[in-house]
Amino acid sequence: MAEKILMIALSPTMKTGLISKWEKKEGEKVESGDLLCQVETDKATMDYESIQEGTLLKILVHEGEQARIGSPIAIIGEGGEDISDLLSDIETDMEGITDDGKIGPEEDTTSSISITETGEESSGDRVIASPLARRMAQQQGIDLSLIKGSGPRGRIIKRDILEAVARLEKSNLGMPKTTSQILPTSSDEVIQVSTKRRIIAERLAESKYSAPHYYLRLKVLSDNFMEARKLLNITLNKKVSVNAFIVKFVAEAIKRHPIMNSTWQGETILRHASIDIGLAVAQNDGLITPVVRDCGNKGIIEIDRELKELIDKALNNQLTPSEYSGATFTISNLGSYGIEEFTAIINPPGSAILAIGKMGKEPTIVDGDKIEIRTLMTLTLSCDHRVIDGAVGAAFLKDLKDIMENPIRVLY
Amino acid sequence: MDIKYDYDLLVIGSGPGGYVAAIRASQLGLKTAIIEKDKPGGVCLNVGCIPSKALINQAEIYRNRDQLENMGIRLDESGFDYSKVFKKSRKAANTLAKGVEYLLKKNKVELIMGEGFIESPNRVKVGDRSLGAKNIIIATGSSPRQIPGFPIDETKVLSSTGALMLEELPKDIIILGAGAIGMEFAHILNSFGVEVCVVEMMDSILPLEDKEAARVLHRALQKRGIKFHTSTKAISMEEKDSGRILVILEDAKGNRTEKEAEKILVAVGRQPNTHGIGLENLGIETIRGFVPVDDYYQTKVQGVFAIGDIVDSPLLAHVASKEGEIAAEFIAGHEPEPRIDPNTIPSAVYCEPQIASFGYTEERAIQEGISYEKAVFPYRGAGKSVAIEKSEGMVKILYDPITHEILGGHIVGAEATELIHELLLAKWGELLPGDIASMIHAHPTLTEAVMEAARNADGWAIHM
Repeated sequence: MAEKILMIALSPTMKTGLISKWEKKEGEKVESGDLLCQVETDKATMDYESIQEGTLLKILVHEGEQARIGSPIAIIGEGGEDISDLLSDIETDMEGITDDGKIGPEEDTTSSISITETGEESSGDRVIASPLARRMAQQQGIDLSLIKGSGPRGRIIKRDILEAVARLEKSNLGMPKTTSQILPTSSDEVIQVSTKRRIIAERLAESKYSAPHYYLRLKVLSDNFMEARKLLNITLNKKVSVNAFIVKFVAEAIKRHPIMNSTWQGETILRHASIDIGLAVAQNDGLITPVVRDCGNKGIIEIDRELKELIDKALNNQLTPSEYSGATFTISNLGSYGIEEFTAIINPPGSAILAIGKMGKEPTIVDGDKIEIRTLMTLTLSCDHRVIDGAVGAAFLKDLKDIMENPIRVLY
Repeated sequence: MDIKYDYDLLVIGSGPGGYVAAIRASQLGLKTAIIEKDKPGGVCLNVGCIPSKALINQAEIYRNRDQLENMGIRLDESGFDYSKVFKKSRKAANTLAKGVEYLLKKNKVELIMGEGFIESPNRVKVGDRSLGAKNIIIATGSSPRQIPGFPIDETKVLSSTGALMLEELPKDIIILGAGAIGMEFAHILNSFGVEVCVVEMMDSILPLEDKEAARVLHRALQKRGIKFHTSTKAISMEEKDSGRILVILEDAKGNRTEKEAEKILVAVGRQPNTHGIGLENLGIETIRGFVPVDDYYQTKVQGVFAIGDIVDSPLLAHVASKEGEIAAEFIAGHEPEPRIDPNTIPSAVYCEPQIASFGYTEERAIQEGISYEKAVFPYRGAGKSVAIEKSEGMVKILYDPITHEILGGHIVGAEATELIHELLLAKWGELLPGDIASMIHAHPTLTEAVMEAARNADGWAIHM
């Protein structure tokens, strides 16, 4: 008996998956556990292994096309089986959802809406929505499949549409609401927004518009800490990264100011027990923040080893969702590009992000009125004022500076 | 250390707010008791909704006796005895009051007879007992409102309570107030042959209802011989030597006239019972007599809740019950949908014809600048209404011109109080008129009028 193979959630924030490569051809035998296809999710490329056995009878979503979670991507059954009934079923199922069950890149550039908080994905083909919500969504050009319902049993109701519209208006500030605003000329290039890019856009816009950011900046004398690193490198006979040091120092400073490690939840503030620090890593097609867990209880060597592994995976698109989600604090370092200082957007669920500028020699006034050449680095801390008040953020940053300037302070 | 209380929840008052809250709380595992000074069921069951419906039912049987005569049956009315009508209404009230008692018992809610007085946020005195409660729900309800110059004595000047307790009919009566209570008594008494005169300060009867719907009822009652004085104030009264009451009326232009009748019914609304229950011991101050509450009906004192007629929401039994549910669920640690959307509260007036409605009236929509469209269908277009000789009436749906969201529903006509729920369910479930229009309705029913009105939202009623 032929069965539909459905797109499954391969990451917690994934809403659609793009089939980057089919590993099986139509007509080919499939064993349970065989690699069926490669799916590009919002964050990484994942393997889709079959749990069914049989013959791949039909590919419904081709390479380069997207499928929403729960929508069919292929049919597996016995060779030669008649699947015309199944195919017409699928067609009917898909009617009234999107044109053909696939969210093609063309449709995707419309004003689609998504809820950024991760949670249960609505599964199954049918979007449950009240008739009023459907009509409003249609009138506003909102894709219902991207909205989480708050009505009875997850039904999408008017309130959800109003919230989605409000969010859309916020994130489209200054942009017309309709789809193609400007007609491209022949020399312009239209770039399709990948799932990953859309998620990045939504998450950052959500953070910037909902979290009231403020910024604290100071310069840190880095000679001592570079000296410490040099000693460690000699001892270990290998290079421990500057970022590993910064992660460790930040974790120590957070221990002294645990509110820095919190999440705003509207009614409550969640103070996380584990200090999970994310480090922003640039990829060809976006960015990702691999997370080193429980930094408060790890030594610098362990942090360095984990960071190197994670960065390596990030650059090869191999991070699993558990390796890149849920940072309680994030560090972004653009020093290697020669950037002197910058301000970063807070990466939820964290409530603060530290932006690191380049380390460089500068004439510095020391010991009252003496000018010396010293190594300096500019730190800029972005905080969510709903969680962290100015003086609290400042005290944290001051302690971080003290620790970095005198690494021995890690001990007390 | 956790303080041990006698009860998780004490409910004061066993009306439709209180007893529903108590049962819901007990269902959710709270140790609950309910305090009642009179009879379980409160005003609703004993001197309100229920006995009045028993009277209305009998009034309509009596009034429509001409239908039997139309079949050639000759009736001998000489044995008519209103006290039998009255007794039947008491029987209905007593049956249901016992029913409430049974439900409380079945749900393990302890019924404590006596007057509850709040001593502190966790203590309620009943008689000489002082009970400790972790939470308190105050559901003490309301009493008929009085107006200066018309002191209620329940013999000549009646409140709704006195009117329900009449054991014989007066020859004539002046009813002050043309709200739901006034109109229902006008309907009852007129049906039994009492001469009824209604005085209303506002310019129409049932001032909160859709004007068009109210006008249908107004005309119907006028035709039956009820006299109406709208835009008229009752200034004063005096008892004449004959024992009859003389009332001075003043119209909008200041012209005074006199009216006299055997009895006066004061039906100008109800006022919350917030005195003598110990609110002062909690530091709670009422606003226009109402107890201020949050979205879960909690007062400013943690653990003390107020529901029903003593909070500022429509003084209706079904509102009290819903508020009781919300408060009980909140106390039990659940997350009920907070605060009722006032546009989803149905109202029901039991006359012939009935009026039922919810949400925006045209008048209120205009006042608040809400744009709307309306779809109307007359009862007579539904075959059943003609067959059963109840073709007077209409269904009106107000909806948003763009989204088609249902904004209000108004039905005047036979069984309107039952029919309204189809529209209300649609509103509640966010269905559109188009959904009702395309649903198959049994033929012949009055609900076909609802379907046709919904069709008219898209302009395609068949039977019009």
